[in-house]
Amino acid sequence: MIFLKLFWMFLKIGIFTFGGGYSMVALIQNEVVEKEGWMTAQEFTDILAISQMTPGPVGINTATYAGYTAVVNMGLPVWQGVVGSLLASFAVILLPVVAMMIVYGYLSRRKGNPLVDKMLQVLRLTVVGLIAAAALLLLTRESFGIPGLNLQFITSILIFAAVFYFSLRHRTNPIILILASGLVGLVVYSL
Amino acid sequence: MYAKLFVSFWKIGAFTIGGGYVMIPLMEQEIVDRRKWLSREEFLDYLSLSQAMPGVFAVNMATCIGRRLGGFRGVVAAVAGNIMMPVALILMLAVFFRYFRDNVVVERIFMGLRPAVVALIAAPVFRMAKSAKVCWSNCWIPVVAALLIWLLGVSPVWVILAAIAGGLLYGFVAERHKKEGGSL
Repeated sequence: MIFLKLFWMFLKIGIFTFGGGYSMVALIQNEVVEKEGWMTAQEFTDILAISQMTPGPVGINTATYAGYTAVVNMGLPVWQGVVGSLLASFAVILLPVVAMMIVYGYLSRRKGNPLVDKMLQVLRLTVVGLIAAAALLLLTRESFGIPGLNLQFITSILIFAAVFYFSLRHRTNPIILILASGLVGLVVYSL
Repeated sequence: MYAKLFVSFWKIGAFTIGGGYVMIPLMEQEIVDRRKWLSREEFLDYLSLSQAMPGVFAVNMATCIGRRLGGFRGVVAAVAGNIMMPVALILMLAVFFRYFRDNVVVERIFMGLRPAVVALIAAPVFRMAKSAKVCWSNCWIPVVAALLIWLLGVSPVWVILAAIAGGLLYGFVAERHKKEGGSL
């Protein structure tokens, strides 16, 4: 049963997300692309592009979109895709919200537990690796072109380098970077 | 009160593109300065709690503030408000984008922006490495985590569970060490 599987998967993704939206993106990518093969890495990259350009948390947006795509890719009708995406969005926030409501009373008084601090320190380091893995897994031929001296691959590498630089050094708004890259693509590939 | 919570978080959700941390200034302005629901110190306390807990940062913040102001119903109002617009918008795009995907112009645009999207995932790795204080003695942790997931196909869930267990053990040993050192 696809819906049950989807619900369980996104419950898991929600509670294992530490350190923000990108770690959720990494978990979703691992489940729907690597493990289940519900969509290609390229399709997931497209979903991510749209999720970053629309308002709201990137993690939730990606969950909503991936839930829809997973169901529709199975050949099921659009309305079932809508059910799937709402289910994924609900599941992904359910456990964190419950957990937050439980610890709320506790931690607001008793902050700075050294044991928890140490654990979070290790967790933060691990999440860096988790997101790095997601980025590495998205470096595919479908998204970058076949390595070599051809137009698509060279353009892709230049765009990657430029966006990486502007995002890291100048914290340029991601929407501007995505739109500019899309424009470059349109011009270069139309020539 | 519930209506105000809903509207405030609806605004925060609907007008912040780029997710999570972009929301902080808007949230602070709305909740501390405009509505005066929390003092700045309380806001910062909730901020660090939301970052430490699992889940999406913005939703965690909505849960905290909703709970504080209106109990369970407050949580429902704040969280629903926060994600309503983004979810509705994404759904619309998801349904319609399928029909445009094979269009030549759209395909060219996406050929250009796909590498950008991957770069936008790679950049936070380095930003987060800085804030997680990666150094020579601990850089093996992210490296091993990345290799396990990337090359060996280990599920990130196991990697995170191992990190939680390892982190607790490390904390436990460090505490013990400190106590023994103090008694000497």
